[in-house]
Amino acid sequence: MRLEVDVDKRLGAFRLRSAFTADGATTALFGRSGSGKSTLLNLVAGLLTPERGRIAIGETVLFDSQRGVNIPAHRRRIGYVFQEGRLLPHLSVRQNLVYGRFFTPAKDRYADFDQVVALLDLPQLLARRPHSLSGGEKQRVAIGRALLASPRILLMDEPLASLDAGRRGEILYYIERMRDEFKIPVVYVSHSIEEVVRLADTLVLVSDGTVAAAGPLREIMGRIELRRMIGRYEGGAVIEARVLGQDLATGLARLGFSGGELLAPDVDALVGEPVRIRVRARDVSIALERPARISILNCIRGRIIEMGNESGASVDVRLDMNGTILIARITRHSATSLGLAPGLEAWALVKAISIDRHSVGFA
Amino acid sequence: MFDALTPAETDALLLSLKIAAVSVLASLPFGFALAWLFARTRFPGKSLLDAIVHLPLVLPPVVIGYALLLGFGRRGPLGQWLEETFGLVFAFRWTGAALACAIMSLPLMVRAIRQSLEAIDPRLDSAASTLGASRLWALATVTLPLSLPGIVTGSLLAFARSLGEFGATITFVSNIPGETQTLPLAIYSFTQVPGGDAQALRLCILSVLLSLAALLVSEFLVRRANRNVVGHAA
Repeated sequence: MRLEVDVDKRLGAFRLRSAFTADGATTALFGRSGSGKSTLLNLVAGLLTPERGRIAIGETVLFDSQRGVNIPAHRRRIGYVFQEGRLLPHLSVRQNLVYGRFFTPAKDRYADFDQVVALLDLPQLLARRPHSLSGGEKQRVAIGRALLASPRILLMDEPLASLDAGRRGEILYYIERMRDEFKIPVVYVSHSIEEVVRLADTLVLVSDGTVAAAGPLREIMGRIELRRMIGRYEGGAVIEARVLGQDLATGLARLGFSGGELLAPDVDALVGEPVRIRVRARDVSIALERPARISILNCIRGRIIEMGNESGASVDVRLDMNGTILIARITRHSATSLGLAPGLEAWALVKAISIDRHSVGFA
Repeated sequence: MFDALTPAETDALLLSLKIAAVSVLASLPFGFALAWLFARTRFPGKSLLDAIVHLPLVLPPVVIGYALLLGFGRRGPLGQWLEETFGLVFAFRWTGAALACAIMSLPLMVRAIRQSLEAIDPRLDSAASTLGASRLWALATVTLPLSLPGIVTGSLLAFARSLGEFGATITFVSNIPGETQTLPLAIYSFTQVPGGDAQALRLCILSVLLSLAALLVSEFLVRRANRNVVGHAA
């Protein structure tokens, strides 16, 4: 289902002016805090009303200032998982779960109670009250509650923000399960590129209330000029790959992609499964010939297609590995002394160790 | 149960309870609406309305009683209209006593409910709306149950306040045995006749017990309501 958003909204001194389309299964709205991501979600959910614009899901127009359409929030059938859960404190977990279901017309109900409860591992929580749940449990219940209202689309506003690192991975796993089992389109707001890479296939970069870029994750991540927004430290390219083999002796997985093969540890996927690997730009080195006797396992041949023009000591180099984009951040000094320039053939060196558990996503 | 009381005392007691109960029940919707307006909305004149609702706390009750007499007496504009439209008469009736009690206890009720409404996270309403609940449904299934402790406290405070109402009642509906003579009015009457001291004292003790019971029940109910909401014995 296609989500179209084109809105203007003024909140005090903050001006939001954004338009994007989300086609994919999971769309990530990514940007700094205060960039307007959550405001966008609230506009889609109908909790805020734009001054001007249009919001539509598939054939259903939710808001259109020109035609005077504004469906109230409670009739939009849009699921919303809030940052802090917002469970109803006077109801049990079970009552929270069925709350939205009660308001959903019978013909629109697709989510089955037992199925959702099993999917999110909730059976032992049903009789409890929200105040006795841990942060992670609260978010699982919040996801289940939103799902059981059988929404057309699910909005998630940094659902992991209030959790510690251990719980985050757990909730991500449940979100992936939910997405795969229910095939429900998800719009996910985050300022963590790890979460985005793991979950999203469409990326919308939000900055100062405007959409700086929107498109397939791999394409946006591979664009040098957007790097400032993604973050200097975390930025990098995303590679779509498939598991070719798992070597139990070395603990390394062999991943095949358009540019060749990549070895990486800690890839929790079966042979044949598609995976998404984020390779941080600062973990990629460049050599002009294939180095020998070197500990770095991944040497991939490609061609330089773009050199970043930012000022400072470092420079981002974009390489094309037979269709897959990789970005390397190296010092300007190295770039100059090697004479790097677009069109040059080069080897990209990636330490297998630098691809950790957090940089692997399941497509 | 009433063996210890004379028929006149029983009358005054039952009348007091009836008037207090009716006054609380009738003012509760208004009290909740006002508390909700104060807690959740902003509108021009909010401070003024707030002050007006609180006036009975600071004005001499006789002023309220006289104002009610002017407004709701049989010749008063509101009194005439209510009698013609609904056949509702307040002047010198027990209903008038209930009205006087309702006005006098409204500030206590509104304060208690408002406090509990302000303690509720208003974002729960938006969560309910994304789950399909209209504003009215959200009010009924989220706001109302969560403000229950305040509603209970407010009602019982108002009930206790109504049992003790004197000045506005006697000014507005006079002191008619069996119709408007509540406990405080009966005590007053006994103190005005020679040899009525013992009777007055008996009713005073009764009043104290009654008010004490109302406050204790309120405390108990609030604890229970809180336990249901927050989940621990407060």
